[in-house]
Amino acid sequence: MPESVSNITAQMPRAKLAGLLLFFLGPAVAIYTLFSIYPLVATMALSTYTSDPSGARSFVGLANFKTLLGDALWSKPFWNALGNNLIFFAVHMCVQNPVGIALAGLLSLPGLRLRGFYRTVMFLPTMLSVVIVGFSWNLILSPLWGVAAGALKAVGLGSLFAPWLGLESSALVTLSLISVWQFVGIPMMLIYAALLNIPDELIDAARVDGLGQFRIFFHIKLPLVLPTISLVSVLTFVANFNAFDLIYSVKGALAGPNFATDILGTFFYRTFFGNQLQLGNPTMGSAVATVMFFIILLGLCLYLFFVQRRIRRYAF
Amino acid sequence: MTTEQRARSLGVHVVLIAYSLLAVGPILLVVMNSFKMRNAIFGSPLAPPDAATFSLIGYEKVFRSSHILTYYSNSLIVTLVSMALVLLFGAMAAWALTEYRFRGSTALALFLSIGIMVPIRLGSVAILNMMRSAGLNDTLTALILVYVAQGLPMSIFILSEFIQQIPKDLRDAARCDGVPETRIFFEVVAPLLRPAIATVAVFTIVPIWNDLWFPLILTSSDSTHTVTLGVQQFLGQYITDWNSVLAALSMAILPVVIIYVILSRQLIAGLTSGAVK
Amino acid sequence: MRRTFKAAMGAEVAALALLAGLASAQAGSLKIESWRNDDADIWNSKIIPAFNKHYPDIKIEFAPSAPKEYNAALNARLDGGTAGDLITCRPFDASLALYQKHQLDPVDGLQGMDNFSDVAKAAWQTDDGKTTFCVPIASVIAGFIYNKEAFAKVGLSEPKTLEEFHAALDKLKKDGTYVPLVMGTADQWEAATMGFQNIGPDYWKGETGRANLISGKEKLTDPQYIAAFKEIASWAPYLGSGFQAQTYADSQNLFSLGKGAIYAAGSWDISTFRGQAKFAMGAFPPPQPAGTTDCYISDHTDIAMGVNAASKNKDDAKKFLEWLTTPEFATIYANALPGFFPLAKTPVKVDDDVAATMVGWRQTCKSTIRNSYQILSRGTPNLENELWNVSAQVVNGKLTPEAAGKQLQDGLDKWYKPAK
Repeated sequence: MPESVSNITAQMPRAKLAGLLLFFLGPAVAIYTLFSIYPLVATMALSTYTSDPSGARSFVGLANFKTLLGDALWSKPFWNALGNNLIFFAVHMCVQNPVGIALAGLLSLPGLRLRGFYRTVMFLPTMLSVVIVGFSWNLILSPLWGVAAGALKAVGLGSLFAPWLGLESSALVTLSLISVWQFVGIPMMLIYAALLNIPDELIDAARVDGLGQFRIFFHIKLPLVLPTISLVSVLTFVANFNAFDLIYSVKGALAGPNFATDILGTFFYRTFFGNQLQLGNPTMGSAVATVMFFIILLGLCLYLFFVQRRIRRYAF
Repeated sequence: MTTEQRARSLGVHVVLIAYSLLAVGPILLVVMNSFKMRNAIFGSPLAPPDAATFSLIGYEKVFRSSHILTYYSNSLIVTLVSMALVLLFGAMAAWALTEYRFRGSTALALFLSIGIMVPIRLGSVAILNMMRSAGLNDTLTALILVYVAQGLPMSIFILSEFIQQIPKDLRDAARCDGVPETRIFFEVVAPLLRPAIATVAVFTIVPIWNDLWFPLILTSSDSTHTVTLGVQQFLGQYITDWNSVLAALSMAILPVVIIYVILSRQLIAGLTSGAVK
Repeated sequence: MRRTFKAAMGAEVAALALLAGLASAQAGSLKIESWRNDDADIWNSKIIPAFNKHYPDIKIEFAPSAPKEYNAALNARLDGGTAGDLITCRPFDASLALYQKHQLDPVDGLQGMDNFSDVAKAAWQTDDGKTTFCVPIASVIAGFIYNKEAFAKVGLSEPKTLEEFHAALDKLKKDGTYVPLVMGTADQWEAATMGFQNIGPDYWKGETGRANLISGKEKLTDPQYIAAFKEIASWAPYLGSGFQAQTYADSQNLFSLGKGAIYAAGSWDISTFRGQAKFAMGAFPPPQPAGTTDCYISDHTDIAMGVNAASKNKDDAKKFLEWLTTPEFATIYANALPGFFPLAKTPVKVDDDVAATMVGWRQTCKSTIRNSYQILSRGTPNLENELWNVSAQVVNGKLTPEAAGKQLQDGLDKWYKPAK
C-alpha cells in the first residue's frame, strides 16, 4: 500500500490528518465495531462462562473447551462435524473451482457468440436465496415428485436414481453439489474477469508462436490468473466453514441421517439454540463458535504462509 | 472459418448450452409448475402448463394469505438503505486506508478484515441485547445496522482495490490546486467508483436480500418481515400445498432475476475493470 | 474545505435521520408466539374474532414461526426482550426451563384453572406439582389413518392385531396399486413420533412403563423396547420407494393424493387431509402385539399457553388466558382444528368423524404421553434427539433394534441417575 500514498498526503500536518481520518473512517469503524466486533467478543467472553437453570452465569475459564474437545459426548459430534465440513469444502474445491475455471475459459474465448447470454444465465443461481435453492432442489430430488428420476429415465439411466438426500452415504455429497450448483458463478465470474484483463499482446505473441487455444489457456492464461484462483479458494474456504443455511433448510438442525450432513454451522446452531426438547446452551454454543473462529483463522494463516507466497513467486 | 474451427465452436456452444440448462432448469421448473393445477404438478412435472392445466390458484393464495407486498417493500427498504450506507461508509474508509499513511493503518485493515472471515451470526445474542437496550426491537433499523456492519469489510476490501487503480496524478493535481481532501474524495474519486457498485452489490447486497437469520430473530411482526423470511414462513405454513409453495418460491425468485438481468451488464463491467484480483 | 465537509456531514446526518424515521412505533396489542403456523388462518378467522366478541378493545396478533425454528427464535427473542406477550408452550422441560429463567409467569391464580385435571396440567408444572405456568390447550393422539377406498378395493378391514396389520400390508403390497404404509425418515421425527411412540405403548404398558423408565426400574434395552424397534424395522419393505428421502410434507402429499393406503398418523394431520384428500378416511388405533390384552394410545399433552414475564400488557394477556379455560374456546378449537383435543374437564363434541374416532379410543384404551418427554430429555445427550436419530436409522435398516436400545440407554446413563 505505501507506494500508492502520495507525497503530499504524507506531509500533511498531524491534526489535519487526524481530522480527516476521523471523518472518513469514523462511521465505518464505529458501526463495524459496535455491531460486528463487539458481539463477537461478547460471544467469546460468554464461552468462558456456564449457566445454571435459573440463567445465572458463573466464570469457568476454559472448562467449556475442555468439555468440547475432551468429553466424547461433545467431541464425537464436533469431530464428525469438522470432518463433514472438510468433505463439504473438498467437494467445492474439486468441483466448483475446476468447473468455474472451465466455464470462464470457454466464455473468454475470442469471438464467442451469445457470450452475454451465457454469462447471465450461469450466474443466476448465485443470486437466489439459499432457502429457495434448498427447497427447490429438495422438491426436484424428492422421490415423490419424481422429477430427477423421470429425467434420468428419459436418458436411459433410470436405474441410477436413488433417494440421495436420504442416504447416509450420499446425502452430504449431494448437498455439497447443490451448493456448488448455486455458487459456481462466483469463481466463474472472477476468473473470467481476470482472463479478460490479460493483455492481448501476450496472447497474440503466443499465437504467432503457433500455440493453439488449448495450450494458450493452460500455458499462458492459467498461470496468470493463479492469484485469482487462490483468492477464490480462500473465499470458498471461509464461506464453507461458515455454511449453515442450505443444510438447515434441507435437513433441519439434526442434520440427518445419523448426522451424516452435520457441519460446524449446524452443530453450532443446535448447541446454541437447541432443538425440539434439547434446550439451547449459549455458553457451550459460544465455545463452539469460538473454536470455529480459530479454525477459520488457522486455515487463513496456512493459506497466507504456504499458498500465497508461492503464487506470488509464479505470478510476478 | 475452416470446418475444424466450426466444429470446435459448435462443441463449445454445446457445452455452454448444456451448463446453462443445468443452471436455469431448476428455476424454470419451479416457475413453470407454479402456473399449473395440483394434479398436473404431480402428474407431469416436466410438461409446461397448457390450457387444461393452467391455474393461478397458488398466486391467489399467496396474495390472500400473506402480506407479500409489505415484505417486498421491507426488503427493498432494508436492502437499498444498507447498500447506500455500505457504499458511502465503505468508500470513505477505503479511501482513508489507501490514501493516507498513518500509524496502525495495517492493524486497522486487519481489524476490518475479521468481518470477512467470521459471520456476525455468531454474535446474535449480544446483538439482540443491544437492539433491545437501544429500543430498536422489531424495526427495520436494527436490520440495517447489522447489515451495514456485515457488508462493510468486504466493500472496503473491494473498493480499496478500485481506489488504488485510480491514477495518482489525478488527485495530486487537485491537491496542488488547493482542493480540500473531502472534495477530492466526493467530487473526483467517488464518481470514478461507479463501476465498483455492481461488484460490491454482488458480494454484500445479495446476501442481505437473501438473509433469513437476522429477520428471523430481530423482527417478530408481519409489518417488519422481509421477503425471504415471509416466504420461509409461508412455505412452513402451506408446505403440503404445492400450488402455494411453488407460487411463493417464484415470487421470491422473479424480482431478483429481473433486477439481475437489468444490471448484469454493469456487473460484468465492474468485475472486469479489475475490482477483485 | 469547510463547505464540502459540512455538505458531507449533512449527508451522514440525513442518513441517520432516515434510520431514525424507520424505527416505527410499536402498537399496544397482544402478540402470540406460536409454532402452529399451520393454524394461522384458523386463529385469525375464528379464534381471535370469538375472543374479541367479549373484549373488543384488545387487539391480538397471531405471529407464528415455523416449527423447526420456534424454540431457537423464541429463546432468542425472550433473551433479547422482543418476544410476544403470550407464549405457546411446548410440553415439559422446554417450558419448564423458561419458567425457571423467570421468563414465564405462574398461572395458578387465573380463573378457570380448576377446569383442568392434574394430568392435563402435569406437562406445564414444576416437578413438585405446586406451580403451573401455562394454560393447557390440547393434546394429540397417534394412530393410523387409512384410505377407505384402498381398503375396499383390496378387501381389507381395520386390523386389530399386529398379525392382521402385517397381513393387510402384505395384501396391499401384492395388489400394488397403493403404497401400503406411508411414512418417511428424512425428517427423522416421523419415525420416532409416528413409529416408535405410536406402536410402542402397547409393549411397555403406557404410563406404567414410562414411570418405570424414570424410576430406573426399566431400561431402554429391555425386551419391550427392543420389540417396539423390531416392529418399526419390519415396516421398511412396505414404505414408498425412496422413503429415506421422503420428508414429512412428502408423506402428507403421498397420502392425500390417494397414492397411499395406510398413513402412520398424528391426529394433527386430520385438518390438513380434510383440505386436500378427495377420498373417505378412517382411523384405527395401534394394532396390538400378540399376547397383550389391554390397549394403550399415545395421547400426548402437546400445546399450552403462558404469559411472557416481560410483557407490558399482562392484564390483557391474563384475560386472554382466562378465556382459554372456557368451554367456548374448547368447542371452537376442537372443531376448527379437528385432531387437537381440548384438555378441559368439560367434554366437547367433536364433529369430524376421524377426529371423533380417534378421541373415542380414550374410552377403550389407556392414554399415555411420549416417554422421552418428561425429565428424561433434560441432559446431554438429549433422549428425544437421540430417539429421532435411532428410530430413523432402525427403519432405514442402518441400526439393529438391539443397538438402538443400547445407544439410547448408554446416552441416558451418562447423565441420568434415577431417584432411589
